Amino acid sequence: MKYLSRSLFGGAVALMSSVVLAEPAKYLFQPPVTSVARDIFDLHTSMMWIITVIFVAVFGVMFYSIWKHRKSVGHKAAQFHESTTVEIAWTIVPMIILIGMAFPATRVVLEYKDTSNPDLTVKATGYQWKWGYDYIKGEGEGISMLSTLTTPLDQIEGDAPKGENYLREVDNMLTVPVGKKVRILTTADDVIHSFWVPEFGVKQDAIPGFVRDTWFRAEKEGIYRGQCVELCGKNHGFMPIVVNVLSADKYTAWVASQKTASVGAADDAAREWTKEELMARGEKAYASVCAACHQPTGQGLANAFPALAGSKVVAGPAIDQIKLVLGGRKGVFMPNSQMPAQSMLSDTDIAAAVTYTRNAWGNHADPAIVQPSAVKAAR
Amino acid sequence: MSQTTAATVAHANDHALDHGDHAHGHHPTGLMRWLTTTNHKDIGTMYLWFSFTMFLMGGVLALGIRAELFKPGLQLWHPEFFNQLTTMHGIIMVFGAIMPAFVGFANWLVPIQIGAPDMAFARMNNWSFWLLPPAALLLVISFFVPGGATAGGWTLYAPLTSQMGPGMDLAIFALHILGASSIMGSINIVVTILNMRAPGMTMMKMPMFVWTWLITAYLLIAVMPVLAGAITMTLTDRHFGTSFFNAAGGGDPVMYQHVFWFFGHPEVYIMILPAFGIVSHVIPAFARKPLFGYSSMVYATSSIAILSFIVWAHHMFVVGMPAAGVLFFMYATVLIAVPTGVKVFNWLATMWRGSMTFETPMLFAVGFLFVFTMGGFTGLVCAIAPIDLQIQDTYYVVAHFHYVLVAGSLFALFSGTYFWLPKWTGHMYNEAMGKTHFWLSLIFFNITFFPMHFLGLAGMPRRIPDYATQFADFNMIASIGAFGFGFSQLIFLAGVVKCIRGGEKATAQVWEGAEGLEWTLPSPAPYHSFEVPPQVK
Ligand SMILES: [Cu+2]
Repeated sequence: MKYLSRSLFGGAVALMSSVVLAEPAKYLFQPPVTSVARDIFDLHTSMMWIITVIFVAVFGVMFYSIWKHRKSVGHKAAQFHESTTVEIAWTIVPMIILIGMAFPATRVVLEYKDTSNPDLTVKATGYQWKWGYDYIKGEGEGISMLSTLTTPLDQIEGDAPKGENYLREVDNMLTVPVGKKVRILTTADDVIHSFWVPEFGVKQDAIPGFVRDTWFRAEKEGIYRGQCVELCGKNHGFMPIVVNVLSADKYTAWVASQKTASVGAADDAAREWTKEELMARGEKAYASVCAACHQPTGQGLANAFPALAGSKVVAGPAIDQIKLVLGGRKGVFMPNSQMPAQSMLSDTDIAAAVTYTRNAWGNHADPAIVQPSAVKAAR
Repeated sequence: MSQTTAATVAHANDHALDHGDHAHGHHPTGLMRWLTTTNHKDIGTMYLWFSFTMFLMGGVLALGIRAELFKPGLQLWHPEFFNQLTTMHGIIMVFGAIMPAFVGFANWLVPIQIGAPDMAFARMNNWSFWLLPPAALLLVISFFVPGGATAGGWTLYAPLTSQMGPGMDLAIFALHILGASSIMGSINIVVTILNMRAPGMTMMKMPMFVWTWLITAYLLIAVMPVLAGAITMTLTDRHFGTSFFNAAGGGDPVMYQHVFWFFGHPEVYIMILPAFGIVSHVIPAFARKPLFGYSSMVYATSSIAILSFIVWAHHMFVVGMPAAGVLFFMYATVLIAVPTGVKVFNWLATMWRGSMTFETPMLFAVGFLFVFTMGGFTGLVCAIAPIDLQIQDTYYVVAHFHYVLVAGSLFALFSGTYFWLPKWTGHMYNEAMGKTHFWLSLIFFNITFFPMHFLGLAGMPRRIPDYATQFADFNMIASIGAFGFGFSQLIFLAGVVKCIRGGEKATAQVWEGAEGLEWTLPSPAPYHSFEVPPQVK
């Protein structure tokens, strides 16, 4: 009952005013941080006002009639049933109101469709079930990363208390500078996904084989959290989009750190790794990429995802397993489903994950270790 | 001109009464009666029971969804099974419950409202119905094949559908069969209405329910083949190497959405126009006053049907259309609110200065008017493209279409059932049970779906098995409401069964203010009616 009264009261408050309630907003759009999001917010507020007025007027008439024109209070029925004048009036007047509603929206449509002259262009690629960000043009050009949910499984399954940003936290945030026009190119690798950040008023489907675009200019530094909004299979609910908006200086520093990291990664891929190093890194890579289907236990799911513990592929030659990971494969249980190709992962991550599966859960494959150089050679 | 037919039924009834009900003797009995029947009343009854069964089945799936969403975290189902629940709930409710329910009404009512002895193609009518159970069976079986039922959403968007197991193929076959049934049913209804009206019943004297079904039938004939095309292309993409919707082979996944919604938007009106028809009978009857603006109702219904063909891409505002496309579909969509508004105003004008009573059918009709209009308003909010940018694919949309499909179509179906049940069974239903059913449905419906507006605005996507913790409160409220709503429907079942078994004897007129040919027949309506057509003045 507490919930109910709170929601009804809150609803009334939300409908009657454009005041933004506590953060994150519960009854209304999240507080806007771009001009488009603010325009949308205002459009919605004015729509709600118009609707409220019409609602009260129309149903005021209805409830008055229900109150007064009842048989039980002795009201006798009139027999009128036609009036061309009235019909014309209630066709024309709503039409004018409706066009009045749509007209201010026209400018906003043109605004959000205008993706010209960006300061930074980033390609967002939807994968089942993570996002990939490639910085195409502007400061940070060349940076490339995958962004995967970091909420641990035990929180999802209720074995641990849920964190503050439950389901809306990732390993690598899409990082952008404040006040700059960022153009997002969306595409997808497998099925349709949709890129959405509520605070930015940005939503654009990511369609495999096609590139679409959208844009935002964040006005405030901070971390903004959204998620994929187009049903994209099993883990549709588990592929958040987290954007980190930094000041110009901090952004420049971030770009520099990414560049060093990528040089480091290149060195990593070139050198020989020990088994312990590979196992440690592989466990992480497995947990963030493979465990969604093959399960943390390596047991897979009956009739859906093959077990890796005791798997013939894992026990077989390393090159076959690497090729399978790079290229994906047709479903074992369902001819139409498939394991998606994982070629967007780095050589090091693939080598580590493969090594991990070859030695975990009682597997003892020969060779036990796969080096990043072997993955590079297999591409 | 009066909209309801002031009919003189000089002789037809006595004639029908002479026959008695099942007194012919050469009719098969038991199961064979129902398998072989060509009687529109039997077939209507079967349609209604079938759709109610599917309604319960779809309802159980919905409760599975709401149980999982009761609190954050994964409690009951794997995400894959959760997706099967949302998908099959949608398919079963749309194609198994709502559409066949309206066809059931059409079967029962169209002949007795236009003074015809039966439907035009009685054998095809039998076949239209008996296609449904096998289709339903395919849908049920699909849960038990490897990979389970299809989990691509009821809209079956490509290319996700190519990843599904054999459950997807079963759903495609089921939809083909249901589509064939709908097309046959529609042809039957069109031919019956155009050719078999009683002498004197001109088009502009037809009851509103007949009008709305005539227009709906045309919509069905126009768009069911489009759906069949879309899912057939999906099928060949899956198995025969075509690439209609596969970009890697030169196809376009968005093309699927265009084709699907070219079917899907008129489909929305297929599910609501007959509801408008029902309400247009109930409100005048209980206001004891003729329907206001009969001809404007006819024109409004036709305009809605025509406009429904040019608004489909408002379901696709975020696929990335050019600005000109967005603007066209936005303006076309808001225009639909004009004829819809006209209908609402006409119903209000019908109530105005009437002499109203509020038996269960009227309660559901007024409930429909009130809550459906709220769904209309949120539809308007969704139509404004920039706002839709924020609420597309969120719970706001889920709230919106449940306001129009549950409070709209379903409430109208309940209203119609209580209204005509005495005519069908010969007994009055239990008024207290009916009223309890109404109030519980109305209250629980709003507890379930009103909070979803807030969830959507605040950013909760639809079709997710688990959600961020800030959405927890409203999800819990919605889940409680859903279970209340679900169990309230058992009152309806009990009320209908009780009414079939007995109860106060219904008169021919049943309702003081009811008008139309069906009320000239005795209650229950005889097995064969209007073998000699009545004269309509
Ligand atoms: Cu996705």
